[in-house]
Amino acid sequence: MTINGKAYIAGAFEHPTRHAPDKSVAQLHAEVALGALADAGLRREDVDGYFCAGDAPGPGAAPMAEYLNLNLRHLDASEMGGASYVALAAHAAQASALGKCNVALVTLAGRPRSEGMATGTAPRLRDPNQPEAGFEYPYGLTTANGYAMCAMRHMYQYGTTSEQLAWIKVAASHHAQHNPNAMLPQPVTVDEVVDSPLIADPLHRLDCCVISDGGGALIVVRPEIAKSLKRPLVKIIGAGETVKHLSAGTFDLTTSGAARSGPAAFAEAGVVPADIKYASIYDSFTITVLIQIEDLGFCEKGGGGKFVADGNLISGTGRLPFNTDGGGLCNNHPANRGGMTKVIEAVRQLRGEAHPAVQVKTCDLALAQGTGLQLGTRHCSATLILERE
Amino acid sequence: MQQSRKIPSPVVNPETKAFWDAARERRFVVAFCSACGKAHWYPRAVCPFCGNEAIAWRAAAGTGTIYSFSVMRRAKEPYVIAYVTLAEGPTMMTNIVGCDFDALAIGQPVSVVFTDTDDGPPVPVFRPV
Repeated sequence: MTINGKAYIAGAFEHPTRHAPDKSVAQLHAEVALGALADAGLRREDVDGYFCAGDAPGPGAAPMAEYLNLNLRHLDASEMGGASYVALAAHAAQASALGKCNVALVTLAGRPRSEGMATGTAPRLRDPNQPEAGFEYPYGLTTANGYAMCAMRHMYQYGTTSEQLAWIKVAASHHAQHNPNAMLPQPVTVDEVVDSPLIADPLHRLDCCVISDGGGALIVVRPEIAKSLKRPLVKIIGAGETVKHLSAGTFDLTTSGAARSGPAAFAEAGVVPADIKYASIYDSFTITVLIQIEDLGFCEKGGGGKFVADGNLISGTGRLPFNTDGGGLCNNHPANRGGMTKVIEAVRQLRGEAHPAVQVKTCDLALAQGTGLQLGTRHCSATLILERE
Repeated sequence: MQQSRKIPSPVVNPETKAFWDAARERRFVVAFCSACGKAHWYPRAVCPFCGNEAIAWRAAAGTGTIYSFSVMRRAKEPYVIAYVTLAEGPTMMTNIVGCDFDALAIGQPVSVVFTDTDDGPPVPVFRPV
């Protein structure tokens, strides 16, 4: 069994807002849902499968299904943090392949910016029943210092430098300057990144992603429906997902779940990393990108620092154009979950609908990579490979 | 520089009560599986390596080396979060205290001390040897 060729992404919509103090979370979910349906040329009544994750006003899919007044025969509320939407696109393809739904809607939305959330720097006890809670929360684990420990170890093991990490932000900012919705549209230099204040050693302020409100949605449909619509055909050809955790205290912080979800996706798609023309790589922090690029096989393990330097991720000049919307580092990180926008920009690239300044020529094969939860402890990873037909 | 951050009390549950009871006596224990002989972290009642429930709490050496760390600058009082690889094998999350944060390095030997929390048992942290 494979999902290769069993479903297409027919609709993709990114909410233009980056600050939505006057909207509710449910309203944002509804707006992106309707936006993606309009993009596909489908109606709300056509949706028979709904896929969402922990950002949807829960529990699970029921409240948003009611808000949108959907008539469903398939539900999936798999929670994988920011990787969820990459995985949910694949789950929608699975459901499609099994005939469980014809038109799948995947939504993401949230407003951490309006809610004034100290997303990355405040320790949070999410659930006291989490078995590790007593052994992590007292120590002041935050999003930022968890990822920082990965960066510190990567530097120790492989000689990676802050300047090399900074190139990732530089590349994202070069792309963001062409995105009128981007939160940080100004190109930055390596010096500006390494001279920005340290948040958690060795990560600087400009190594971190933005905090934004907003959302996005996808419509995944069966092949015959995709072919009846007017949009360019973006086929799902491979996917993988996994969770990487601390393995009872025997872990390596320099690798991510992409080392497992990536090869699974490539095997299903029947392609290799060198075939990929464009990659959306989850970028909560610069180090997140570097580790995933290595683990996906775009370069050897430990070679990520050299690979990302000197503009190698910049569209038009680099070997691996990445996050041409500006990514989470510069454009948008709605609900503190970057997986959705990763898939959306990959779809734009395959359709030839990215900004002309960053559009990859003859972009027929793209990858979207998501990492959810915390790279420094336990995280989910999802990889999706898409082909323009 | 001594850590002055106020440390929240650890969540104690029936599974980890013995660990925290020992901590109240300033004893640092590690969970070992009597069936497979392996130590693990964080402590569980079910061995994550072999599934056996024959878990024994053993006094740990209290020594280890820094696997990775980060100085949290964006805080009222900077503090160091770290992973320390214990002499018994597993690597645990902790804080590094009582030192010049800027002189810390991966691989550095450290030893355990207990630090008080809000109103719960003290938690194990480490300082350079």
